[in-house]
This record gives sequence, C-alpha cells and structure tokens, in this order.
Amino acid sequence: MLARIIAEVFRAERARVLATVIRVCHGDFETAEEAVQEAFEAALARWPIEGAPAEPRGWLIAVARNKVIDSIRRRVKLRELVAANETDEVADAPELAVADDRLRLMFTCCHPALALDAQVALTLRTLAGLTTVEIARAFLTTPEATAQRLVRAKQKISGARIPYEVPDPTELPDRLGAVMAVVYLVFNEGYAATAGDAWIRRDLCREAIRLARILVELTDAAEPRGLLALMLLHDARRDARIDAQGEIVLLEDQDRTRWDRGAIDEALALIPLALRAPGPYGIQASIAALHAQAPSADATDWPQIVALFDELYRRQPTPIVALNRGAAIAMARGPTAGLGVIEPLRSELAEYHLFHAARADLLRRLGRTDDAVRAYKSALACCTLEPERRFLARRLVTLGATG
Amino acid sequence: MPTTKPETAMQYLLMIYHAEQQWADLPEAKRNAMYGEYAGFMKAIQESGHFVSGDALQPSHTATMVRVKDGKVSRTDGPFAEAREQLGGYYLIKAKDLDEATSIAAKIPSVAHGIGCVEVRPILQY
Repeated sequence: MLARIIAEVFRAERARVLATVIRVCHGDFETAEEAVQEAFEAALARWPIEGAPAEPRGWLIAVARNKVIDSIRRRVKLRELVAANETDEVADAPELAVADDRLRLMFTCCHPALALDAQVALTLRTLAGLTTVEIARAFLTTPEATAQRLVRAKQKISGARIPYEVPDPTELPDRLGAVMAVVYLVFNEGYAATAGDAWIRRDLCREAIRLARILVELTDAAEPRGLLALMLLHDARRDARIDAQGEIVLLEDQDRTRWDRGAIDEALALIPLALRAPGPYGIQASIAALHAQAPSADATDWPQIVALFDELYRRQPTPIVALNRGAAIAMARGPTAGLGVIEPLRSELAEYHLFHAARADLLRRLGRTDDAVRAYKSALACCTLEPERRFLARRLVTLGATG
Repeated sequence: MPTTKPETAMQYLLMIYHAEQQWADLPEAKRNAMYGEYAGFMKAIQESGHFVSGDALQPSHTATMVRVKDGKVSRTDGPFAEAREQLGGYYLIKAKDLDEATSIAAKIPSVAHGIGCVEVRPILQY
C-alpha cells in the first residue's frame, strides 16, 4: 500500500526533485539522476518504518542533495563544487526554488546547441519521466539508440558546460521559442494518426500539455498560453476524430457532443491572455477556438477564421499555412475562391498529399468529378499513412472510381 | 564583454572556417577594414580576460599531412582540396560556460559579417 503511494509520489514529483538536484550538482545530470534514484530507494526503505514525511518533496530533495554532496566529496577533483554548495542554495525558499528549477531544466534540455531529437528525448526523459523504452517506442527507434542519444546529450551538457539557467531577457524570446517547438513536437507526435502504440501516444499528448502548463505557470509571455490553448483544443477532439472502426472522421463530420468541454473551457479562458501579444500559437489557438465554439461546420465563423489565417500567413508565409488559408477561404466564399488560392501552390506542394486532397475536395464540391478523381489519385500516390490512405480510397469509391 | 573568474572558467577552442576564395575575393579596402576589426576584437577579449591565445593560419595549400605507418613517416600535400571551407585561424579562450563562449564566437569579425562559421569545442579537462 505504502509502496504504491511512494510510486505515485515518485511519478508526480520526480521532475521537480530532479530539476532542483541538477542545479545543486551544477548541471551534472548523471550524478543528479543517481542521487534522485537513491533518494527514492531510501524512501521505500524508511517511510514504512518512520512514516511518510509531511513534505515528501522537500524530504526527497534533502536526501538526494546529501547523496550528491557525498558523491562529490568522494571525487577529489570536484572539491571546489562542494565549497560552492556549502555557501549557497541552502537558504532558498524550497517551493520558489523548485519552480525556477523546472524552468531551468526545460531551457537546458532544449538548448539550441543540442540536436533537436536529443532535445526531445532529454525533455521526455527528465521532465516527463518517460523511460528510454517508452521514448524509443514513441519515436519508432530502438531503446539502444535512444539511450545512446541521451548519454551523448548529457555528456555535452556537462562536457561543454551548457548553462543550467533561465536565459537573460535579450535571449528569452528565442529560447522560449525553442522550448515551445519541442513541446509542440512532442504533442504532434502523440496526436498524429500514424503508427505506434496508442497508449504511449496519448501519454505524449498529456505530457506535452503538462509541460506547457509549467511554462504558463512560470513565465508571463503570451505565446505559451497560446500553445497550451492550442493543444487543449486539439486534444479535446481526440475521441471524436476516429470512429469505432479506427477510421478518420473529418472536423465537419465529427460528433461535437463528444468533444471534451472541460478542456475547451480551459482553453477559451487562455485565449485573451494569448492574444495580448499574438504569435503563431495564439493565432492558431484562436482559429481552433472558433471551431470549438461553433455548433456545426456550417455555423462556423469562417470569415473570422480567414482573417486569422491572413494574420498567421503574414507571420509565417509558408505554403502549408497558405493551403490551410485556402481551405478556409473555400468555406467562407465558396470552392472557386478556395481553388484560386490553392492552385498556385502546386509547384511547392506537389509531393504533399494534403494539397491534392484539399484540391480534390473542392473539385468534388464543384461537380468536376473527373478532375476530383485525378486529384484523389495524386493524393493517394504520395500518402504513406494508412488511415489517411483508407480515407482517400473511400472518397474515390463515393465518386464512382477505384483507387 | 563580461569578465570571467579564471578559477571557474572552462577553456574553448574557437576554430574559424571559411572558404578561402571568398576571403581572397573581398575588395582590398574591405579586407583591410576586416583586419582592423580583428585587431579590435583581439584587444577586447584580451582586456575582458577571455583571451588565452590565437592566430591566423597561412592558406590551406601550404599545409602538409603527416602519417606514420609501420614506423615509416609519410608526408603529403593536403588536406583534401575538395573541402568547401578551410580552417583559417583559431582562438583559445576562457569562458564561464558554452553560452558565453558562443556569444564571443559570434563576435569574431569575419563570422559577424556572415563569412564562414566557427566550431566551438570545449577543451578536455583532466
């Protein structure tokens, strides 16, 4: 019984405890991870006898910190670190320091000097507490390759001395952008209807949302609020976007009563804060919010969505944003207007199945069946995701053609 | 530039790579201006306490590769001429962490003007 409670404390508190202990070790991840592991083992041995402490987190940090100092004392060449430890840190108000430490840990894990896949693996391992096997499964790689990636990243952090601190204000916007990019990548990896274990994918989304909550809690910036709202709004539709047979259900056909209202309400409350200084995440969240508030696809405020896509395209003039803007224009002003925006993107998006699928859908609505069939076939030819392939094949069947 | 406490400092080797042809193609006035900027940069990192050593190298066609195989020394012309960018110079600096080292690297004049790149490598400490 108590062992289960300790396991729960471990899951809930590991990242916070680890974040503080890494600071105590001046950025030495390996020593910190060992010390935290030993502290939890000590809890398993002592709490059943002594009773659980009133402040489990504080207890774990104190024990792990002592383990670190013991281990540093054993290593003569690191003597100076002990001296530094004895003079600072002790007087910190524990709660405040822990909060800051999680933010430090995020910035260090997502430092631009680390490769992006290493940033993602390190964030999932240290902040989300996923195991090496779980990370490997989520990213379709081997546990050995993931372990190797983590070891290399930790060696670089201590070897090259990547700082364990929140960046100064001049660098903060860029660095925050890097952290948000990793969080959103984790979310999308969990949200994409590709291969992989469904359970671990759901866990990735949950962890990404949890990490975004930390950013919101610990920074004043608008964009983390936009990011959190955006992910909550996508995640609210999770159950409605796949039917009982595992097939994709388009936004316009989803049963909106199955959307998670609690998540939507939380996101809607964040939108005004995100729009104090609107960036790409805040604008995308606003678009998702308009969908979330509409009773049906037809009753959606499409002109407002087009205006938001105009704004997004001004900041991120990519062909993918242009494609989505074109789809919104089709809904607001009709398929012909949408096609006018989408057609010029052909040279850039010829290999992208959603370009052909969006075009096919507009041709279908215009009654240009032969053109639509050809476009669906082009989409099928460059699509590798099984659920999406089945969706495109079904569309071809409804048009009287075969894939 | 911020001063650094020598007892806690790391050392980093900043290796400056650029296409030699691009450097050679610069108009003479521009090249001379760049030499002036290098002198200023050198003075700044000496005064801030970051500088340990540093030099510019002669062009890569003056380089010789040495290998020893079965006790026999071979000396050949090299490195491979195909490399797009060549090592043109280096600084050995002291810095408190990687962020300080990379911010100094970004101020190396040719790099600051968008020519070439710098590889920042921490020195192994025993």
